[in-house]
Amino acid sequence: MSWYALFVRLWRPFGRTATPSDLPFGLERSAVWARRVVVHSTVLRRPRSSDRDGADAAAIYNPAPERGTTHEIPKRSQVKALSRKGRSTSPAPVQSRTKTLTGIDGLDQITGGGLPRERTTLVVGGPGSGKTILAMQFLVHGARERSEPGIFVAFEEKPSRLIGNFEDFGWNLPELLRTKLFFLDARPTPDLIRSGTFDLSGMLAVLGAKAKAMGARRIVLDAIDIVLDLLPDEASRRREIHQLHEWLLASKLTGIITAKATGSPGESINKQPLGYMQFMVDCAVMLNHTVCLGVSQRNLRVQKYRGSAFNEDESPFVIGKSGFDVAIARTLGRDDANITMERVSSGVKRLDTMLGGGYYRGASVLITGFPGTAKTTLSGAFAEEACRRGEATMFVSFDSDGAEVIRNLTSVGIQLGPHLKSGRLRMVSARTITGSAESLLVRMKTLAKEHGARCVVIDPVSTLSKAGNELTAHGVAERLIDWAKANGITLVCTSLLDEMSSQANGGTPLQISTLADTWIHLNYLVQAGERNRGMSIIKSRGTAHSNQVRELILSNEGVTLADIYTAGGEVLMGTMRWEKESAERVANEVAEVAGQLKRVSLDAEEAVLEVRAKSLQTELLAKQVEKTLLTRTTKSREGELSRGRERMRELRGADAAPTRRRK
Amino acid sequence: MYVAAGTQNSMQAVSNLTALCSAHLAGNHEIEIVDVFKQPMRALEDGIMMTPTLVRLAPTPIRKIVGSLGQWDTVLRALGIESPAA
Repeated sequence: MSWYALFVRLWRPFGRTATPSDLPFGLERSAVWARRVVVHSTVLRRPRSSDRDGADAAAIYNPAPERGTTHEIPKRSQVKALSRKGRSTSPAPVQSRTKTLTGIDGLDQITGGGLPRERTTLVVGGPGSGKTILAMQFLVHGARERSEPGIFVAFEEKPSRLIGNFEDFGWNLPELLRTKLFFLDARPTPDLIRSGTFDLSGMLAVLGAKAKAMGARRIVLDAIDIVLDLLPDEASRRREIHQLHEWLLASKLTGIITAKATGSPGESINKQPLGYMQFMVDCAVMLNHTVCLGVSQRNLRVQKYRGSAFNEDESPFVIGKSGFDVAIARTLGRDDANITMERVSSGVKRLDTMLGGGYYRGASVLITGFPGTAKTTLSGAFAEEACRRGEATMFVSFDSDGAEVIRNLTSVGIQLGPHLKSGRLRMVSARTITGSAESLLVRMKTLAKEHGARCVVIDPVSTLSKAGNELTAHGVAERLIDWAKANGITLVCTSLLDEMSSQANGGTPLQISTLADTWIHLNYLVQAGERNRGMSIIKSRGTAHSNQVRELILSNEGVTLADIYTAGGEVLMGTMRWEKESAERVANEVAEVAGQLKRVSLDAEEAVLEVRAKSLQTELLAKQVEKTLLTRTTKSREGELSRGRERMRELRGADAAPTRRRK
Repeated sequence: MYVAAGTQNSMQAVSNLTALCSAHLAGNHEIEIVDVFKQPMRALEDGIMMTPTLVRLAPTPIRKIVGSLGQWDTVLRALGIESPAA
């Protein structure tokens, strides 16, 4: 105990901050022991302070999410800015500090703003998967839109041939070549003699000088595998890749390296040649090109992206007229489309009434029905009405040629021909367009953009599910609606229901019925040996709508809707409805005539009575006169009598008797 | 001869070349060493991507040999020099 006391006295002046090494040699061990005791007792005495320590410790471990959120905010705004880009009126998206836009909308969205700035991205893909196009688009976008000159290092193809290949995309490479784009032909010459080991310092020196001279910000190394194959062993390959990577980082260029993917996808990534590159770079993009049920399907997937969140799924893409088009459903961070209260006519007056004024502008309308239920006619009526309002309209028909559709619609009084001539209407016969649902969507989008369409009819949209697998088709349909909404396009889609599918399940093969704003269902009613078309509105978001089934009647004057008859729990349509109607008309007529007859006979009776009343009145008058006459005669006689008596009394000379005097 | 100054491959190539030339082409050769770091534009014009690269300018045709020139046989054959042993 005394030993401990002595130690404590010795140790105290050092305070709690003393470390064993501060103590004289030999006391070290005991100091540690003693400190443990002290710390322990502190804990016992002041539990609250230790609690606070615990809270502090938690705070130290916590900042990660906090940092994450601050990181997230600019990114979301970025996404918003990007999604706004889709509209023609919006300004160009803002480039973030840490990311470089590629000019490929979908990819920029997937990565939340583009590829990592001043870092390296690896693009891996099989033959013909679009690696070079992606890389080139990245450069062209930089050179044209961002004034970021770029260098293209071609290991595989001759620059002049590359330029020729890209002519079709309308990028105008020859013009960019003058100042903003540089092609370096780095193809190893076939007569090259190899002796011993070598490195790529020469190329890097050249690139470094060139980049400095033209102020390049972007660089593409196309088909790096070609040059790596020349290197004798794995170690030197790694060394060169490493050197290249370091050089790229040091040169502050945003780089894309493309490489061929070989080996089966199931193979471990380590065993794949260039597998290690995928670990080295900051961002890796995989492109693959598969054939699914005979339909080509291209997919893009961002495999990794250091320091950023990204969409990890495979996204289908199409190489279109102007380069890459990566599909992405803007489900997250999507700003609301321009919502209006404006209504557009459906082209059928009574349908407008049923919908309380028509479709909403920018709404997606789905018309489902079995074959021959007048889906096309209904959508044709919409197209005609839109053209009449002077709006650019596009009619995509998967079933028949444009001219055929127009002819067929003329038979029901829908005249699309003049609008086609005036250029307001654009007929697209998609029967000839083959390919995956994805490419169909891209084609439709491009055409609609070209035409500046405000109303689009797709007849029928269910064709999408025929090409490729249904999962993709569903995604495509989703994006189609999304795209139309974002652009304020009123979309009318028809969808074919399978004849075999029961009427009860009612869903469409693409399951877009849930996405559509208004769903009109057309149906047959077979009754008394005839088929009649019935129409009902299954749903219409945000509009009051009729719950009644109407009969759809096609005539050469156009489309009309008629009320149906319900009699005895049965719905009547067609001839039966007509019969019922005419029967009712006859009954009405009869009743009216009968009423008239009754009125006439009553009139007659009335007249008779009136006449009788008149004669009676006259008779009454006569009686009254007679009565007056009678009274008067009686009175005058009485007068005469009394006067006679008085006269006789006078004559007789009798005394005047007290008689009652006449009044 | 295009070299990247300071790299192992290039240094080896230079020593290999001088040794080779003094052995087989004594007094009958001219070697110019170009450092790509100092003259990158020249390398660009001549299409030099890999270092070290030995370019035989004369006699024509121009021939390029890439590597540290370790294997003398190959180099000699490429340069069109009959080895004295043969």
